[in-house]
Amino acid sequence: MKLPMSWLNDYTDVSGISPKEYAHVMTMTGSKVEGVESMGAEINKVVCGKVLECEPHPDSDHLSVCKVDAGTGEVLQIVCGAPNVKAGIIVPTALHGSTLPGGVKIKKGKLRGVVSNGMLCSHDELGLTAADLGYEPEYGILILPEDTPVGKDIKEVFGLNEDVVEFEITSNRPDCFSVIGLARETAASFKRPFAVKKPCFTEAGGDIHELIDIQVQNKEKCLRYTSKMVRNVKIGPSPEWMVRRLKACGVRSINNIVDITNYVLLEYGQPMHAFDLRDLAGGKIVVRSAHPGEIIKTLDETDRKLTPDDLVIADGEKAVAVAGVMGGFNSEVKPDTQTVVFESATFDGTSVRKTAQRIGLRTEASSRYEKGLDVYNTLPAVERACQLVEELGCGEIVGGTIDIFGNRKEKTTLALRPEKINAFLGTDISKEQMIEILRTLEFEVDEAAMTITAPTFRPDIECEADISEEIARFYGYDLIPTTLLSGETTIGIKNKEQQAEDRLSSVMLSQGFNEICTYTFTSPSVFDKLNIPSDSDMRNVVKIRNPLGEDTSVMRTTTLGSMLETLSRNLNFSNKSAKLFEIGRIYIPREGELPEEPEILTLGMYGDSFDFYDIKGACEAVISEMHVKDVSYEQCTDNPTFHPGRCACITAGDRQIGVVGQLHPSVAANYDIDVPVYAAQIELEGLMAAAESTVKYKQLPKFPAVTRDIAMLVDVQVPVAALEGIITAAGGKLMESVQLFDVYEGKQIPEGKKSVAYSVVFRAADRSLTNDEVNVIFDKMLKNLEKEAGAQLR
Amino acid sequence: MKEKIQRIKELVEENLRGASDLEALENIRIKFLGKKGELTAVLKGMGALPAEERPVIGAMANEVRAFLEREIDGKKEELSAKLREAKLKREVIDVTMPGRVQETGKLHPLTSVMNSVKDIFLGMGFQIADGPEVEYDYYNFEALNIPPDHPARDSQDTFYINDNVVLRSQTSPMQIRVMEKQKPPIRIIAPGMVYRSDAVDATHSPVFHQIEGLVVDKGITMADLKGTLEMFIKSLYGSETKVRFRPHHFQFTEPSAEVDVSCFVCGGEGCRVCKGEGWIEILGCGMVHPKVLSNCGIDPEEYSGFAFGLGLERIAMRKYDIDDLRLFYENDLRFLKQF
Repeated sequence: MKLPMSWLNDYTDVSGISPKEYAHVMTMTGSKVEGVESMGAEINKVVCGKVLECEPHPDSDHLSVCKVDAGTGEVLQIVCGAPNVKAGIIVPTALHGSTLPGGVKIKKGKLRGVVSNGMLCSHDELGLTAADLGYEPEYGILILPEDTPVGKDIKEVFGLNEDVVEFEITSNRPDCFSVIGLARETAASFKRPFAVKKPCFTEAGGDIHELIDIQVQNKEKCLRYTSKMVRNVKIGPSPEWMVRRLKACGVRSINNIVDITNYVLLEYGQPMHAFDLRDLAGGKIVVRSAHPGEIIKTLDETDRKLTPDDLVIADGEKAVAVAGVMGGFNSEVKPDTQTVVFESATFDGTSVRKTAQRIGLRTEASSRYEKGLDVYNTLPAVERACQLVEELGCGEIVGGTIDIFGNRKEKTTLALRPEKINAFLGTDISKEQMIEILRTLEFEVDEAAMTITAPTFRPDIECEADISEEIARFYGYDLIPTTLLSGETTIGIKNKEQQAEDRLSSVMLSQGFNEICTYTFTSPSVFDKLNIPSDSDMRNVVKIRNPLGEDTSVMRTTTLGSMLETLSRNLNFSNKSAKLFEIGRIYIPREGELPEEPEILTLGMYGDSFDFYDIKGACEAVISEMHVKDVSYEQCTDNPTFHPGRCACITAGDRQIGVVGQLHPSVAANYDIDVPVYAAQIELEGLMAAAESTVKYKQLPKFPAVTRDIAMLVDVQVPVAALEGIITAAGGKLMESVQLFDVYEGKQIPEGKKSVAYSVVFRAADRSLTNDEVNVIFDKMLKNLEKEAGAQLR
Repeated sequence: MKEKIQRIKELVEENLRGASDLEALENIRIKFLGKKGELTAVLKGMGALPAEERPVIGAMANEVRAFLEREIDGKKEELSAKLREAKLKREVIDVTMPGRVQETGKLHPLTSVMNSVKDIFLGMGFQIADGPEVEYDYYNFEALNIPPDHPARDSQDTFYINDNVVLRSQTSPMQIRVMEKQKPPIRIIAPGMVYRSDAVDATHSPVFHQIEGLVVDKGITMADLKGTLEMFIKSLYGSETKVRFRPHHFQFTEPSAEVDVSCFVCGGEGCRVCKGEGWIEILGCGMVHPKVLSNCGIDPEEYSGFAFGLGLERIAMRKYDIDDLRLFYENDLRFLKQF
């Protein structure tokens, strides 16, 4: 809401308050000031001057030497270069030491040897546009009307000496969307007087009741309908002061009657509408629900289809306005309008809001109505409009008022408990001060019963906390003390999952992986890009009904898409290699309840001649950090996203907790990645479930170990995990560890075979092992390897 | 015999003077003191001496041997020291050459800042709560005193899944979830992702992070709210930071406030960053609305509380001087590696 400070003076007194102080104090009492625009702030010492004489410059063919009376008590000699300068005109005159927009400073000087004591200005030099003037001025200096007083400050002439304050009004304060509402807050904030005078005007006779019939059929949605009539209307332009105020508030002047309704809207916060009586068929206004499918052409010349949930203002035949939203095209005020019917009504906020949403039309009026307007404001507002009609001389007020109430709401009365309020705020404000603050804000206070009744323009006051806020903001938020929490002590500690996540992150960091953060919604096309079959469960997604675009229209069921997008982007940024991880959610729809949102650790990498074992190693580091036992990696050939020969399922116990592998080249290509790219996903819940939560110290060995190496030839297809299984099974309790140290194919190895070598460590906790003891086990290992894996020992 | 021994002593001394490396020194030792050395040879001839001279000569020979051994050792030490010195000189390297880095990864800047915020509140006895991002309208709005068709819904352009389910537009639904589950005293923060249908630009993102805070207990006051948040802000931004609580409106708190801190750039004088105001808004807060408490089965006559919510991106942008929010979600390594 924009508000010229001078308008406030009609209701309170803001003299002597600088815009900066005003902004600060209002902000601290809850009316947040977004900024103050000082119109014409840069213009200083520019006055109206009369050109008394105008002679050509002796030394120039286009300059003139003028004698100017600028009301300074002496005649000023000013050199002017404008072609339209002549004796007798009144023009803006920048005196010696004056300033103009853009930081221009005007000083005494000589122009081609002739003294010039200032400058005669064009509209452009004053920062005025044709729109400001209301006409296109001729080229040259700005010629002012002949009756403009000499010496008058140019800012006064053009209404430029105005500070316009822009407020951020919160949705709970519809009353503050008005000059009067803000004047009331201003008065309370600065402890200045505040008064709204009852508008006075003379009625010219006649009776509105005989000229129009108004009925309110829907009393739930129309809470009050107040109307007055103006006849012998003379449509024309509004006076300059009104145009200026409207303009400062960002409202364009249309004609006197429309301007009056807008002026009252700004001043009283009450939307108004002016109908041309000629257009109301049957001389009737009926406030009713729209007929199913009823169509109205609104002021913006658009046909709107309505439903019975929409409230309309109708005449004897048809809808002439969508109640609280916009008037109809057919009944607006026209240049030859004779009789005007003013509507000043209150409609149910929710109903207006729904209608505005339904027909996709948010207007100044609807955005006010939906916040809940004061039913007691309709009459003063329409009377103010009549007063303005009289003041502007643009019509005669017909006698009588039509004023129909719909369903009335009770006023809110609440107990005032100062001790409770102080206990709530942590303050020590006296009862008297509380009462004073509330009365300033027009609350009725019953000191005997210790109750308050909120004014009808404050629909936001519903409970004690609301009263506390009123008191707090005028007592001063900054005066409320600052204390630390007392009471029962609570422990600030992360839970197990949160601690585990921290550990996961730090393992990833130590492995050189950088954390990323990605959008959790994605495009449905991601599944095709990942080669996910059309019947996959992963395609069952949580869909956003009103997405920003197709690209962000579904919640992801896999994190791989976002990871690959990020890797691709990095490749595109010429980052030679990347190791990335993310701990993020996926969203799995569930019938009849909210989706499941499991957290997934996702790893991704490319570059630096990384291969499968680099990313697998990173997974192993994570799993080892969590002390997960019984982990296995099994070849997975049927995950269509991954390379069929380079992908493993990660299993802990009998639960699959993840997948790791090289992305299928076609998937990589779908993401414009032309290098080998690797990724892994580990489901956190599965990982945590398999994690060993208690870690116990094992005695360091007291007795020496015996190490034996095994080297063998096996078929290429035999996975080393199978060999390890055989070794471990045979090793029994005395085997401490088995370590793969070489795998080799090629020269000196027969075709179809590979050489595999292990180092096996044996140890007993309670004695030194003898060679014989070890030999027995070792021989069994070798035998089993030969038998079960067809190994040829070397 | 005496002369021979004396002569050997002199010879050794002379040879030692000329010895320039450890090998020469060892040769001298072997030549004179070794098993087949000259002094040993002399001593072997002792048998030929008269019995009374043997102890005298023997003592002398031992004395000379000990003396010579000391001399040789001394010389050896001297030569070793020289060698060491020379070796050290040879081993000089250019220490200004870069070190070999075992590259570690970096936390995302949002996580780093989130961690600092968490740490401060953990230190104040808060726990961390977590909840769904796909949320019921009831938790996101209704239970927070924002009924259907309330104008306050306008300020949060919400993504809908269906009539009853939304992508949470704020972390505030966690207030309700925590209060439904837990009895006071409650002190929690609830960080997480939130969603609003804002088009992406330098200062807007349809996905961003908030941190919600909630304290409910007997006797919680607005002064406690001010004290707690002031402590948090000063821990985060430094003790010289000025904090301003300014009345505002939120449907689920009453009284409500927005909190400004003195501008990081100008310190309060007014500059371009703070749009001349000298203050920068960093969070919204207020006393939990009695209706919200009641909605969760907590009696507002007995208990009171405060809640607050802050935007993580905004804090991180200020902290690191990041001027474009999109960088957080672009995840360019050249960006990520800076933190």
